[in-house]
Amino acid sequence: MSRIVGIDLGTTNSLVAHVDAAGIPRVIPDAEGRRLLPSVVAYTPAGIVVGEAARRQLARNPARTIYSVKRFMGRGGEDVREEARHVPFEIVPSDEVVRIRVGDREVTPPEVSAQILRTLKQQAEAHFGEPVDKAVITVPAYFNDAQRQATKDASRIAGLEALRIVNEPTAASLAYGLQKLAQGLIAVYDLGGGTFDISILRVKDGVFEVLATNGNTHLGGDDFDRAVVGWLLADIKAVHGEDLSGDPEAVQELRLGAEAAKCRLSSEERTTLTIPFERFTYRREITRAELERLIAPLVDQTLGPCRLALKDAELTRDQVDEIVLVGGSTRVPLVRRRVEELFGKTPHSQLNPDEVVALGAAVQAHILAGGITDMLLLDVTPLSLGIETLGGIVSVLIARNTTIPTMAKEYFTTSVDGQTAVDMHVLQGERELAKDNRSLARFDLSGVDPMPAGMPKIEVTFLIDANGMLQVQAREQRTGKAAAIEVKPTYGLSEEQVAQMVEDSFTHAEADVNARLLIETRTEAETVMTHVRRALAQGGHLVSAEERLLITNALEALGAVEAGGDRDVIRERTIALNRATEPLAQIMMDTALKEAVTSKRADQILERP
Amino acid sequence: MTDYFEVFGLPRKLSLDLRALQRRFYDLSRRHHPDFHQKAEADAQAAALEASALVNRAYRTLRDPISRVEYLIALEEGREIREETSAKPRPPVDLLEEMLEVQEALQEAKSDGVTAEAAARLRAERERLETRRRAEEAAVIDGAAEWDSAVDSFAARQPLLDRFKQRLAARAYLRTVIDDLSQALGEDAETHVAHRRH
Repeated sequence: MSRIVGIDLGTTNSLVAHVDAAGIPRVIPDAEGRRLLPSVVAYTPAGIVVGEAARRQLARNPARTIYSVKRFMGRGGEDVREEARHVPFEIVPSDEVVRIRVGDREVTPPEVSAQILRTLKQQAEAHFGEPVDKAVITVPAYFNDAQRQATKDASRIAGLEALRIVNEPTAASLAYGLQKLAQGLIAVYDLGGGTFDISILRVKDGVFEVLATNGNTHLGGDDFDRAVVGWLLADIKAVHGEDLSGDPEAVQELRLGAEAAKCRLSSEERTTLTIPFERFTYRREITRAELERLIAPLVDQTLGPCRLALKDAELTRDQVDEIVLVGGSTRVPLVRRRVEELFGKTPHSQLNPDEVVALGAAVQAHILAGGITDMLLLDVTPLSLGIETLGGIVSVLIARNTTIPTMAKEYFTTSVDGQTAVDMHVLQGERELAKDNRSLARFDLSGVDPMPAGMPKIEVTFLIDANGMLQVQAREQRTGKAAAIEVKPTYGLSEEQVAQMVEDSFTHAEADVNARLLIETRTEAETVMTHVRRALAQGGHLVSAEERLLITNALEALGAVEAGGDRDVIRERTIALNRATEPLAQIMMDTALKEAVTSKRADQILERP
Repeated sequence: MTDYFEVFGLPRKLSLDLRALQRRFYDLSRRHHPDFHQKAEADAQAAALEASALVNRAYRTLRDPISRVEYLIALEEGREIREETSAKPRPPVDLLEEMLEVQEALQEAKSDGVTAEAAARLRAERERLETRRRAEEAAVIDGAAEWDSAVDSFAARQPLLDRFKQRLAARAYLRTVIDDLSQALGEDAETHVAHRRH
């Protein structure tokens, strides 16, 4: 069996990992030594750019740069209407699967995710020097069937066979368990960029039994940033008299600035945000207390699911031996405090919360490859599965937190003489009425032999496999004949659509890694040039004429080769330009700091001349 | 239908050593879980998946003393049981009159809204019914020993099964009314979905 890698396909960052010859899980870095790949995909006129280069040009190219695509996976146009208002790229109105317009083409979230997966695949191939075509991919535990299917589709489009879809908190527990860092009853609190999960497990003698899981697939660090951006926009309006909320480039600058400030506030009590806009430079000091006030309502939203998970596991908080923190957002001190208050115990994160999920995925990959035989993982399905019955009521077939794989049988018959087809509507969720739950698919059972009404007895088997994904089979009991099932996924891609995308990816793929790297390098050069031009316009007067000349020379030198095909030259000149600009950047930073420190209130110095 | 007791190599008895059951469950999972059959042929993989699903289902059903009895009844009667299918709800005979009063109070709450006084009454009623429900459950669980000693005598089995059914029917009814009361009080009803683990 060829090599299987573990992939954490995150909202903000993605990683690929493997278990090395010594049996230790390790993150596979890219050629530059970077371990995290920003989950950002830019559809530039020159080609597709993924990762850090895409993230850095986001504010320059907001309409064609897709980030946080995970929040759109497996969802319909209708349910992302609110979400769509917060992103700078265009979501095409639709009743079916979400489509994103980039320039003159439309892409679906699985295709965008496939770009990220393909980049990770290439990263792993470069590392091993051999093809990689199998992976274990993690998803939030609270992902429903449609979201899991979308992830699997993305994998297929990227040319990777997803051997297993694993829940992120469960994967984290495997990484901890492998090193015997967590034992007994453990709670995994996983707050990432866009999703929240809580899982409670019993870890004993190599058995990892998930007792209950709960969560929110639309709650994470992104929402923290959004709250800060809203506050900053209001502040800018008050101080500078400018409403930037309709300016996508400015909003993206603010978002990236807010994200960076949030991260700094995890270790510092106060920080200053400096964002040079075209007409003015915005500076603002933010304290940790201010950040906490903005995000407290969001952090509190994670506590309800924790209580529900404890209740479903039939445990009290005192019985929980350890609380493990996973996901970048658990670095926020307020999150740690709230978790500690809720469980009455200090949580820990001995393993890097950004990497632990990918490491766990690698462990699961190693189990599947037969490399580990003494670890047994028993996961659960996060949501109840049911079918719609008369009056729009849901009849539950498989309850939430049932250990998977699991199976349920249901019997259907006909209501009219000679009827040869029966349809059923399958849903996921905890509500009583079908309309309040997640519609997964409608199944048409056809090929039933014509018989008087009520005579046929069609046995339908609902099986949730180890991926937490539904498989349906039907059989007419009297004849023993398998009934044909046509699945119409409510918010997914059809088999034909995925097959087409797989085919397209072969024809259009930038199969040549070098072509891809060239585009990336050019994009980075453009980003740096834009920054430098802006810095010159705003702070050019702060440095000497000679230094200004050095910068403009470097700028011109890069401009001359930027559109060309020599990657090394573009890189060299980009680095040279960065170096030439360093004194200016330093002076601008110092000025900003000095102003922030000497003034009692940041907004006093921000008054316009 | 598959006999879950047989899956675990157990006689059809209601008293179970839960620790032993768990050990056996882990052993069977290690044998059948799809993780350990990844390299097998498609047929063998499908068989492992099905076997693993059966083991999980059997364990879930047997580890909970109430669902164990529900399952036993279905097994004895030779009919298919769906996981959450319990006995058809029927009010306990001795509570018929009281039930009428509760229904009346619920109706009133629905039409007139819940006054503080009415809320107190609904809460007191719910407390009483909860106590009764727990009593029915305890009686079902306590019946295990009796069943186990009667397991070889066909004549003794049927009356015991009937008694289990009566108590389960009463319990199902009480659960519905308790949910209705909680809903009238504006609290989250304990939905019948899920969380019955042990």
